[in-house]
Amino acid sequence: MTGFRTLLYKELLRFWKVAFQTIGAPILTALLYLLVFSHVLEDRVQVYPGVPYTAFLIPGLAMMSLLQNAFANSSSSLIQSKITGNIIFILLPPLSHGEFYWAYVVAAVVRGLAVGFGVYCINFVTVALPVLHPLWALAFALFGGAILGSMGLIAGIWAEKFDQLAGFQNFVIVPLTFLSGVFYSIHSLPPFWQAVSHLNPFFYMIDGFRFGFFGESDVAPVVSLGVVVACFAALSLVALQMIRSGYKLRH
Amino acid sequence: MKLAIEVRGVTKRFGTLQALDRVDLAIAEGEFFALLGPNGAGKTTLISILAGLSRADDGEARVMGYDVTVDYREARRSLGVVPQELVFDPFFTVRETLRIQSGYFGLRRNDAWIDEIIDNLDLGAKADTNMRSLSGGMKRRVLVAQALVHRPPVIILDEPTAGVDVELRQGLWDFVRRLNRDGHTIVLTTHYLQEAETLCNRVAMLKQGRVVALDTTRNLLAGVSGTHLRLRLSPDRLPHALLPMLVRQDGAEWVLAIHRHAQITEVLLALRDDGIEVVELQLQQPDLEEAFVSIVGGG
Ligand SMILES: Nc1ncnc2c1ncn2[C@@H]1O[C@H](COP(=O)(O)OP(=O)(O)OP(=O)(O)O)[C@@H](O)[C@H]1O
Ligand SMILES: [Mg+2]
Repeated sequence: MTGFRTLLYKELLRFWKVAFQTIGAPILTALLYLLVFSHVLEDRVQVYPGVPYTAFLIPGLAMMSLLQNAFANSSSSLIQSKITGNIIFILLPPLSHGEFYWAYVVAAVVRGLAVGFGVYCINFVTVALPVLHPLWALAFALFGGAILGSMGLIAGIWAEKFDQLAGFQNFVIVPLTFLSGVFYSIHSLPPFWQAVSHLNPFFYMIDGFRFGFFGESDVAPVVSLGVVVACFAALSLVALQMIRSGYKLRH
Repeated sequence: MKLAIEVRGVTKRFGTLQALDRVDLAIAEGEFFALLGPNGAGKTTLISILAGLSRADDGEARVMGYDVTVDYREARRSLGVVPQELVFDPFFTVRETLRIQSGYFGLRRNDAWIDEIIDNLDLGAKADTNMRSLSGGMKRRVLVAQALVHRPPVIILDEPTAGVDVELRQGLWDFVRRLNRDGHTIVLTTHYLQEAETLCNRVAMLKQGRVVALDTTRNLLAGVSGTHLRLRLSPDRLPHALLPMLVRQDGAEWVLAIHRHAQITEVLLALRDDGIEVVELQLQQPDLEEAFVSIVGGG
């Protein structure tokens, strides 16, 4: 346990020492999205009856920021350690595969939650946001962060250069989070695109998370949670297997 | 006697390059062992396999009896490695670095030992300095300190004295010698053969991934053909009678092998008979460098 706690502590310290960049900057980005989109769409779009568009948007943006930053945390930490070579300080000690995995994932979740919570707090100065089922919201936040933390870990282990990682982020993570219904309800899409959206696991994270606030969702939250938990289980198995086999870490 | 390190048939390829070719090696507990060989011989690759940083294609490796892949946690607990590359984590100070490294090994209250290491490696003045602002030699000392935080029974130092000043080199070797006296097994690689000669009781020489020599330092030195007599002559030629003693010509110097000191007189007489004058004369004791050159075959 001490090994896990130390690695977690190191990972937390790593982003905490530069919190302005790692937490402050993404909150500001989300705030800018909110200002622009709500200004343009506030009077034209109403997704759920009685819910102003700005209120609808905040949980989606909070979740999107949470997911992207959870990914960024584990992936950038790993690639930096690999490129500078100081990854050996983690490879030489007798850390178990599980300790290695969970330390990175928990740190990613913590950073994701810090950013997500910061974005959520915007509602205190803009528009009242109900939280009807906080436990549902929390469950999706935790699993969403853990899924992206695991993906970040996998991508960080796989990538050999910063631009490979940037490619993964720009061509996989950003499109999937963007197209998951952050800015709209997928019911407003044509049937074909609705069907496509249902193949995107990020859609279930955002939809389930939003259920925690409004008590309304496109898909039943139990179904979403099932999809999310299954995704997490699959990804953690893949990640653990990569760590166990030493893929790209132990030549 | 218990083996600290046991390597059997270890083979490692990088593409078509055979970095290690069926290497066998057994190092007993308490030895001070040198792993020598020219650049690219495979020393670091072998160390990486022992440390679990790299995986052998074939063969097996054990540290203190623990297989490095099967019992990887026990094997890693038993081993401290000072890597050849100068790496560091720029986020932390020296003391933070050592505390964190202790934590990875499951040690929580380790400050007394950390202080002792810091003291012995003369890092006291820099203990709260960020790693980024240390000089190269200082970073190297921290790497040594990091390898020792968990008091490993086996310590491998991969060229620990590269880029380190004379004072630390002495201090480092005193410290390592003391660790060895306290029962730690020490393995080191170095290109300063003098170091290996004075410190190590046994030596393995690697060449192109193969062990080409493995013996006690004493035997390797004995294997080098006796004492050498280096001569500068005028005119620059060697009498016929002395040719059987010739080892080689080093530039303008003739190197002759001497087995008894009485032979010196014979050589001088032979030279006088031929009217050759001795410009310079030097007696040279055999050293590991000589053994190295004759086994590994020049630079
Ligand atoms: N990751 C790698 N990929 C490809 N080739 C490698 C890799 N690591 C080592 N090699 C090759 O394996 C051979 C042995 O390298 P190694 O680093 O073990 O040598 P060494 O004996 O430590 O040399 P030096 O004295 O220069 O440190 C070299 O030819 C090297 O180029
Ligand atoms: Mg080397």
